[in-house]
Amino acid sequence: MNTFTTKIMIAALLCGISGFSVLAVAGEMTDTGSTGAGQSKIEIKDFAFIPQTITVKSGQRITWINHDEEPHTVVSVEKQFKKSPALDTDQEFTVVAGSPGTYSYFCSVHPKMMGTIVVKE
Amino acid sequence: MSNYISHDHEHDGIDRRGFLKCMAWAGTGVLWTISGGVLVSKTLAEVAKAGSSLHTATDLSFLQISDSHIGFNKAANKDVTETFKIALDRINAMPTPPSFLIHTGDITQLSKPEEFDTFDQILKSCRNKDVFYVPGEHDVLNDGGKMYRERYLKNVQGKGSGWYSFNKNGVHFIGLVNVLDLEAGGLGQLGDDQLEWLEDDVKGLSADTPIVVFAHIPLWTVYPQWGWGTSDSERALGYLKRFGSVTVLNGHIHQVLQKVEGNVTFHTAMSTAFPQPAPGTAASPGPLNVPAEKLRSMLGLTSVQYKQGKTGLAVVDSTLS
Repeated sequence: MNTFTTKIMIAALLCGISGFSVLAVAGEMTDTGSTGAGQSKIEIKDFAFIPQTITVKSGQRITWINHDEEPHTVVSVEKQFKKSPALDTDQEFTVVAGSPGTYSYFCSVHPKMMGTIVVKE
Repeated sequence: MSNYISHDHEHDGIDRRGFLKCMAWAGTGVLWTISGGVLVSKTLAEVAKAGSSLHTATDLSFLQISDSHIGFNKAANKDVTETFKIALDRINAMPTPPSFLIHTGDITQLSKPEEFDTFDQILKSCRNKDVFYVPGEHDVLNDGGKMYRERYLKNVQGKGSGWYSFNKNGVHFIGLVNVLDLEAGGLGQLGDDQLEWLEDDVKGLSADTPIVVFAHIPLWTVYPQWGWGTSDSERALGYLKRFGSVTVLNGHIHQVLQKVEGNVTFHTAMSTAFPQPAPGTAASPGPLNVPAEKLRSMLGLTSVQYKQGKTGLAVVDSTLS
């Protein structure tokens, strides 16, 4: 997804514009170390997503950071959001939570690694 | 060269005492003896005693290298190109050159073109130009294996995501891909298309054809908690059940493990980059940090020998120490 589309998506989600519900969570790469209000971090360590289940509000940013020496990915099981590239050590990946619901994801390199995002209003 | 292993299982077995001696010598580097003529192995020391005449009796020998992880630069091995070069030096120093090499995946750490380039560049120093490949998950991270197939599977005309077979000296070799389209929560996977191809591929072969299967992730369930297995490997092995000798060579787990089930011998090779922990002995299967002086004793390559008219293949591991 290009930056323009992503910005539109975020704007749409924040403003509650309908018509974007197909992509419930918008994928976006961000600079490492970015922080801000309404952000949730998921640590990747020892081939696990920590916490395994995270509850966020719609519109909130979710950032994964890989602490392993092994590359990992973040991939929606139901293809509900764009998959991350392979994250090397210390690399991050951020998405913006979309419509309320439960989203399962996994690491396509190590599919035993699974996690869940619960999005609330 | 003093640091290479070879052997001929039909001529000279190994007793318990010898086996224990091997274990003491190699730490991880050995091996196993199977009665009934399937597989036997020896240490470098034993081979040195026996002399190089063992090589000449062998009709076909090839080498397996695996898990080069070019691009990896963490504490477990800061210089994986150097250890890869050492492995190639060992091959170049063999008194009898192997017929060809097999690389069982994870050429690179991150599927980057420059990592593949480095690998190709270093490989030029190897006297063996004939190399057969199957991808590891590290080779297909971002493009579903497209770049890998273009670089390494063009000559073999890989089907689907890259699987293929070929014959050498009466042995039927099958290269399988079990690192793509993995399902959430699952293990390595071959998939229906590949399995159907496999069934068809071996259909016309007589049961006494020796079969060698190579793939990255083990085709037996080593440790499912770490994803060390292939979910539909049973079906693949079902098609191979009628054959008198099946040797399965895998990588992925960066250590020597073996198992015999009927006529099927499973074997995993060491990496040339870094070791990984034994199943379940660490919090995760990530790279294992060992003292620098110990590293090369946990890296290595695998030699496989086949003698026409004999049932079994000899599989022998040697370390880079």
